[in-house]
Formats: sequence, C-alpha cells, structure tokens
Amino acid sequence: MTGSLTPPPMTEDCVPRFARGTRLQYDRVRETWFIQAPERAFLADAIAVEVLQLVDGARALAVVIDTLAEKFDAPRTVITQDVLTLVNDLAARQVLVRA
Amino acid sequence: MTTPPPMSLLAELTHRCPLQCPYCSNPLRLDPRTSELDTATWRRVMDEAAAMGVLQVHFSGGEPMARPDLPDLVRHAQSVGLYSNLITSGVLLNPTSLAALADAGLDHIQLSFQDALPDPADRVANMAGAHAKKLEAARLIVAEGMPLTLNFVIHRQNAERVPAMLLLAEQLGARRVEIAHTQYYGWGLLNRDALLPDRDQLALTEQAVTEARTRLAGRMTIDFVTPDYYAEEPKPCMGGWGQRFLNISPTGRVLPCHAAESIPNVEFPSVADASLTDIWENAPLFTMFRGTDWMPEPCRSCPAQTLDWGGCRCQALALAGKADAADPVCHKAPDHGLVERAITTRPATPPAFRYRRYGNA
Repeated sequence: MTGSLTPPPMTEDCVPRFARGTRLQYDRVRETWFIQAPERAFLADAIAVEVLQLVDGARALAVVIDTLAEKFDAPRTVITQDVLTLVNDLAARQVLVRA
Repeated sequence: MTTPPPMSLLAELTHRCPLQCPYCSNPLRLDPRTSELDTATWRRVMDEAAAMGVLQVHFSGGEPMARPDLPDLVRHAQSVGLYSNLITSGVLLNPTSLAALADAGLDHIQLSFQDALPDPADRVANMAGAHAKKLEAARLIVAEGMPLTLNFVIHRQNAERVPAMLLLAEQLGARRVEIAHTQYYGWGLLNRDALLPDRDQLALTEQAVTEARTRLAGRMTIDFVTPDYYAEEPKPCMGGWGQRFLNISPTGRVLPCHAAESIPNVEFPSVADASLTDIWENAPLFTMFRGTDWMPEPCRSCPAQTLDWGGCRCQALALAGKADAADPVCHKAPDHGLVERAITTRPATPPAFRYRRYGNA
C-alpha cells in the first residue's frame, strides 16, 4: 500500500492542469476535438472544449468560470456546475490534476 | 471518404526480442532483421497516418527498443501530431535510452511484466534477471515523470497472483494497469494447455480487479481483458475488422490486426506498394470482413452483429478452419463445441512451454 487516498473533488479555488501524457487536440480530419490520454482518446464535447482551452496550470477554476459566464452571458451558478462536474469527471479519469 | 479513418496505428518495428514469452502476439513466422522497414519509410508511414486521421501511434514489436532509430521515430510522430506510446519489455531501458525518448516527446510507456514474483516471471520470459530489469525500468520511468501503464498477461500459472500484481503496480506508481488474460492465437494457441486457466481461477482474477477498482478509484485505471473462451458472447475484436485499427508489420505489411497474417487466400498489402489511405479503403484484406455483409448465420440474423462484429476472424480460422465462420467462442456458433472441448480436455498438469523464438514454431 502507498497509503495515498483518492483525492477530494476540486473546488473553485483549485488550479487544474493537464496530467503529463494528456492533452486537448483538434482533429482536422474529423473536424472535432479529442482529449488524448494514455492508450485512449476521448471525444471532447462543446463544454469540455471551452473549459479545457482555459486550463493552463495557472488559472483557478473561479477565473475559468468568470470568463465563461461573461463569454456566454450565462448565470454563474449554471456555469459553475458545468465546470466543476466536467473537471472532476476528468480528474477521476486522471486527465486533470491540481497544478 | 466513405470508410471512417482509423484511430490507432500499431507500429511493429521489429520482431526481435530478448524475451521468449509463450503467449507472444507476434505471428509464428517471425520477420528477420534484414527485412525490416528503414527509418525513412516509417517516417513516411507516420506522415500518411496522421494525414488520414490516425490519432495515436503505438511503437511495439518484438522489442521496439532494439531499434536504434526509435527516438527519431518518436520525434517524428510528435512533429506530425501523433500521440506516441511505447510498448516495451523494459529490459533494454536505462537512464540514457529513457532520456532520449523523453527528449523526443514520448507521451506514454506501457511496460510488460510476466508475474509479480521474479522466479516465475523469468521462467515465462525465459530470460534470467528480466523481472529485476523491469522493476528498475519502472522506477526510472516514474522518477522521470512519464505516465506508466503496467501490462500483465494472465494464465493458469500466474492467475493466483493477480492481487500481488495490482499491489506491485500501485507500489511502483503506475497510472494504469492492464490485467489481460491470454488470447489464444499464434503462440498462445500453441501453448494453450500450458496457459488456459480454469473457471475458478478466472473468477478470482475478476474479483481481485473489482476490489482494486474500488480501492484505487481516481488514482489508478485498471483495464481487464477476459479470456474469451469463458465468455458467452465473442469480443468485438479490434472494434470491428478494418474499422478502428491499422497494424503494420516489421516488413511493412498493412494488417487489420496483429494476427491477420494467418488469413489464407488473400494478398497482404504493403506500404511499399500503395498509400495507407488506399489500402485502408480498398485493399481486399480490409474490405473482406468489414461491416456485416460477409457474415454467415448465426451472425447474419443476430441482433448483436454490430456490437461484436462477429467476434474474431483469426480465432474462427484457428479453431474452425474458416476465417468467415462465426467466432467459435460464441454460444450460438455451430463450432462452439471446439471451445468447450479445449476447456474440458485441458490436462491437469500444464505441459512445458514452447518458447517464442525464431524457428521454434
């Protein structure tokens, strides 16, 4: 046993980054975005693409949420839920980690 | 383009390997070094693959680190946007060779292990000291920060140690682990009596994986590959023939899977003769079992036909003698008795391994 535990969910004050060996990549042939990861590629939906383009290892999730709420003129609570759900799903898949 | 492009390219750079595992996925007739593609051809192949929509290239073998041009090929993959994965035994890995690969932009390493314990591991690989070298390779990879998958091939002689394998993966810091039961074609089929587990052994491996998935959620991904002799339905081999994967052999043959060179009465297309796109879309080897038109009964009227794609063509050939038969592992297949007989006639004591090496098949 290493003793480490499954990390708690990320919250607004967390700064996510892509784990090494994962990245967002545009596929010119299929004209769609993929998340490249070890031995698999996940299709990235429209929300994921907007969020992940703002993940740079420096911005806190609060800043990502503010940016998208302004860009889409949407209620911050709605954007917050979308962003945290996505980020924690990708953290569980080891795509995103805390910077 | 009428046929969707492939997602992945398995680049078998060489069949040369210091290990002799009796379940090797390479064909029985191994390609010699003198017939291997050169660096320039592999670069062109990757250019074509990226342009047609391949997302990931898996450098495999044999032992791909036996090719001195591996860092060049990784660098080229990176330059054309291909995600690069190295599938290695690790026995040739050292700080210098790892640094060259990391510097070239390698994205991920899959490292094979034969067991959790050194003695049985070295016996399967038929190489003294192999397991110790692999442990050192894993430590170097994790220390470098490269994401690491451990691959364990499971059979009757190591199935009881799946919990120890999962613990080893966790202790070494692997991000992913594959607990993959042996698939029985080629060398695996030749050694089936020495490898095929019984149903109780299979159940214990499934239980160990289920328990570890709960314990390690979010920290380690565990992929489990079942031995399809015990499955009710066949596996959707390669995600469907000619639908997702391209395999290129050391000599440049372009194949729908790594076992496809066993298919009789068809020409094997080569990168020397046509473009990858032309081969993918038009070569008879790719079109002959693509989709559902080729299917016999019971597949033709089966509701699962676009879920399992009729199972595995190479397995149908190996067991039933016809590549266009329903996969005999399917409980509806007319040849299913062959699979049941393989299970019931399995000897109580495993016979000696027939090791994978040039001229030993």
